[in-house]
Amino acid sequence: MDHSLLPPAMIATQTALADWVIVLPLVLALLGAALLLMLRHVLHLPALVAGLVVIGIIACEASLLLRVMAEGPLSMTMGKWLPPFGISFTADILGAAFALAAAVVTLIVIIYAEGERGEEQRGDGFHALVLLLLAGVTGAFLTGDLFNLYVWFEVMLIASFGLIVTGGRPLQLDGAVKYGFLNFLATTLFLLSLGLTYGLLGTLNMADIIGKATTANPAALTGIAALLLLAFGMKAAAFPLNAWLPASYHTPPAVISALFAGLLTKVGIYALLRALVQLMPASRDILEPALLLVAIATLLIAPLGAIAETNLRRAIGFLVIGGIGGVLAGIALAQQGGVEGAAFYVFHAILTMTALYLVAGLIERRTGQRDTRHMGGFYAASTPLSMLFLVLVLATAGVPPFLGFWPKLLLLDAGLQQALAGDWADGVLVLALLANAVLTLIAGSRLWAHVFWRQGAEGTANEHEAISLRSPGPREQWLGLGASIVLTALILVAGLWPNLLFEGARTGAADLVDPTRYIAAVGLAEAAP
Amino acid sequence: MDHALAVLVGLFIALGVYLLLSRSIIRMLLGVTIFGNGVNLLIFTAGRLTREVAPIVPEGLDHPAGPIANPLPQALILTAIVIGFAMFSFLLVLAYRAYQGLDADNTDTMRVAEPEDAPRPPLSY
Repeated sequence: MDHSLLPPAMIATQTALADWVIVLPLVLALLGAALLLMLRHVLHLPALVAGLVVIGIIACEASLLLRVMAEGPLSMTMGKWLPPFGISFTADILGAAFALAAAVVTLIVIIYAEGERGEEQRGDGFHALVLLLLAGVTGAFLTGDLFNLYVWFEVMLIASFGLIVTGGRPLQLDGAVKYGFLNFLATTLFLLSLGLTYGLLGTLNMADIIGKATTANPAALTGIAALLLLAFGMKAAAFPLNAWLPASYHTPPAVISALFAGLLTKVGIYALLRALVQLMPASRDILEPALLLVAIATLLIAPLGAIAETNLRRAIGFLVIGGIGGVLAGIALAQQGGVEGAAFYVFHAILTMTALYLVAGLIERRTGQRDTRHMGGFYAASTPLSMLFLVLVLATAGVPPFLGFWPKLLLLDAGLQQALAGDWADGVLVLALLANAVLTLIAGSRLWAHVFWRQGAEGTANEHEAISLRSPGPREQWLGLGASIVLTALILVAGLWPNLLFEGARTGAADLVDPTRYIAAVGLAEAAP
Repeated sequence: MDHALAVLVGLFIALGVYLLLSRSIIRMLLGVTIFGNGVNLLIFTAGRLTREVAPIVPEGLDHPAGPIANPLPQALILTAIVIGFAMFSFLLVLAYRAYQGLDADNTDTMRVAEPEDAPRPPLSY
């Protein structure tokens, strides 16, 4: 074998200084977490430091997103090895936008948490774990290498393990056992499909996989895609694999539930979107019936679970699963329109689900109850809270002009086009989407009616005895309610002026459906088919 | 050799799944570990088994002298082992704490988060 004919494997030039913006968020998050671990015994200071670090991360990601919007996908490869040998970080619009949304949500959560943290929570390492979780989520959104994605998944998982047992009450231990085992199993299944991908294609770089998957054995590749669907579906809590989410999301403190709802399942569904739509489109076409079935089942079963649930946060957990169903519908439709809808849906779900849990946490603190049967008459006590909850319920159900309406519109449009072209299964999916909107609206408005609208708790005389409410302290009022109002206002503004999001979703989906620009950014254009 | 290892991977994963289906948390933990080791072996096999030397470039050359063993699967497995061990340790401590706090090693009796007598759905509007 003549080695002089081999292409060069090393990067001879220095990485442009501006390209470092793609790894800077991760560096900041990891260093910030280390610093916060040392500061964890100081009162109030960790929140300030964590807030500043996250603001820095937001600044980095905003500049990254602007750059990606202007110049197309951006890539940086580590350690002087050219791709596909070195690990690439590749940001396209979707990755950058989701990472930005995740950082914004994290900042809101840190502010909110400060409203209820006191002397007894000191030294629990909450802020360090939150930053580690953010590092894992950001890494998963920005990486361009499948094995690296696995590593970030595990960073995210171990941080969430730490968060879910913060406080260590028996209820949490119970939730954590189910959450821990099933999520660890999901990442192990992901590792399994990763090993098979490497055996089949000989590469793990995403841009390289796109090129090599076109000539691979379709049967083997579809098997791998099905395994990825299983692993990521489990992470995202798609219907038959969703049992761990309602079992665990209501057990930690509400602020941690909010962080989980905004970040964890969204990373799973984002990975599925990228793997099936961008990396293995041919296998996705073969798996389409299964995807349709999973999407329809998730869309229908999730809000039904929410209707049947009396525990407030468990009911919201089911609504989170319903959001995942919307993204799955987009993956099952797959054309430009469907992927646009799916991408937009993920962005909306990151913000809205977090806000729902934050408001639920405020309700629980005021009433001292977790069960909607023991709540009631809240409307008179706190008008802002009831308005926030109603706005978020309408946004979740997708009532215009709120944020959730636009992705549903894109999905319905794409589904109807394909249904009218003669694909009856897509017609069923459209019906499922509409039924999901109605059922979510029923579930949400019933929650609202039980908590706020009726006079008193269930079982009291004519339900007219108002329940006793704890009055909030000034810090809780300012920080907790303030953070929830800011996030809800963000959702409102995004829903009223969605043009920028439409633009981003369109370009991002185009890069996913036709990955030429993505491959060129990594520098593998000559290897592309 | 590949076939023998493929059968071994199958055995590992079958045993791991069997143990994971158990109701006892300790057995589930063993199942997770065995399953993980099966996956590591799978990655090792997927990287093509060769009887070659370690991938070290001799002095004065800029590429290896002859055929070398594939270093990448070994790096992947090393990473996976470290991560898997960390997860296993956490789950082990969690299982112990759950045993202390819930007095249960049986997943069927862990019904704090999802009570057995689940309340009926609210019927009022």
